[in-house]
Amino acid sequence: MKVKEKVFYGTPLPGAEREPYSGKLIVIEGTDGVGRSTHITILRSWLESRGHAVLDTGMTRSVLAGRGIKEAKEGHTLGRLTMQLFYATDFADRLENEMLPALRAGFIVLTDRYIYSAIARAVVRGADPAWIRAIYGIALIPDVVFYLRVRSAEELVPRMLNSGRGFDYWESGMDMNLGEDFYDSFVEYQTRLLREFDRMSGEYGFRVLEATRSIRRVASDLRRAVARILDEDAEAVEDVTPVEAQVATSATRAPGQAMVTRPVERQEGTAER
Amino acid sequence: MISYGNHRFPGKLFVVEGTDGSGKSTQLALLHQWLKAEGYPVFYSEWNSSSLVKDTTRRAKKRRLFTPATFSLLHATDFADRTERDIIPPLKAGAIVLADRYIYTAFARDVARGCDRAWVRETYKFAVKPTVAFFFRAPLDVAIDRIVSARPRLKYYEAGMDMGWADDEEDSFKIFQGRILEEYDRMVDEFNLTVIDATRSIERQQREMRRIVTRHLKKKKKAAAL
Repeated sequence: MKVKEKVFYGTPLPGAEREPYSGKLIVIEGTDGVGRSTHITILRSWLESRGHAVLDTGMTRSVLAGRGIKEAKEGHTLGRLTMQLFYATDFADRLENEMLPALRAGFIVLTDRYIYSAIARAVVRGADPAWIRAIYGIALIPDVVFYLRVRSAEELVPRMLNSGRGFDYWESGMDMNLGEDFYDSFVEYQTRLLREFDRMSGEYGFRVLEATRSIRRVASDLRRAVARILDEDAEAVEDVTPVEAQVATSATRAPGQAMVTRPVERQEGTAER
Repeated sequence: MISYGNHRFPGKLFVVEGTDGSGKSTQLALLHQWLKAEGYPVFYSEWNSSSLVKDTTRRAKKRRLFTPATFSLLHATDFADRTERDIIPPLKAGAIVLADRYIYTAFARDVARGCDRAWVRETYKFAVKPTVAFFFRAPLDVAIDRIVSARPRLKYYEAGMDMGWADDEEDSFKIFQGRILEEYDRMVDEFNLTVIDATRSIERQQREMRRIVTRHLKKKKKAAAL
């Protein structure tokens, strides 16, 4: 694969300066119950069958903070700010110890959610949109973000019930006192999350996939889009030398992608409060 | 979200800061005793004390899982829990909150470890601005002597061994503390820290501290009388 210099949204982690990463960072985003993990499983085995090494990761899976977050959530005493920073710790640990090393080594990193879910959860809970974005400025800009979209929170309910999971305290936003019971709270909470995702869609350039279609159709869309990204690279490698490719990408993919759009979002956030 | 400097609570927040061995905890304990004896409702809160985060921190230190970024973020998580639980509610209730170490500790340590100055400050933007932040300034050799003679062995992160500055713990500790002190000095003007000369006698430092605290409590009483 072509060696590309990747760029961070904001202030990179200490020591993680701009450098060429030969791997690809592919994000699957979406709210609870849209089928993210199913599609990651399918995509992973397809990529591996094509001979790519894959690392998959997701929220709260870090060695450092994963267990602590799960324990804290069980107690239902996790404050709003504390929760956001605990998630950020988890993210940073996985970024430094899993994602960046894998990308350096030429892996395809498939991540079940990235910073966008964390930002949506924080903003829905009243966090300053600029604050949470600044913290997650440590994140690498992914090669592609697939957003599995549903049109309304109501559509999620049967999916969740069918999966046998039922209503979860946090997925229902029960910490926010939004409704009388889990159902009301779930619908209100997920509606707010969806609104945040829609808002971020343009800001971060999500590729939107309608998640209400059959698994087979969504999976084939995903495969085609991923194949295109990988093939583009394969072709580019024949046309230009890696050094030229680097120069070209750093010029077109300047951090401006995030910086140009961020003030707009900030204004919206301020107006809302 | 309310950010630094914008909080308006009836309570008062006094914090002590300084390098290890500057004597700040002793001074805060004396202030605590005195305020209690004076009949004020006082709540004491210390750095790294969130029960939610404690296990994670302990395990990470033991297994040496931290990088400068995760060290910074996990301490911010701990501080957020403290803010939500121990600092904001008592301040709302009109109490005096005493904090042993505050955000300036994070600013000093994390930047000494190579984190970006602006990024760390942004992370802690939710913090309540203290009524007074005392900075107990001790020259480097004095503080180091106090710590090194009092402890059988310096801990790994305490000594900054994760940074690979030196092979020897004591040498590494000295480099780390030197950087921390530099950061503190920078913050005196930036955050309007009240500098206390930590080389003077304990009694004299305490008298100065009480004089400054009294000024803010009187203002509070007057306001209530009006």
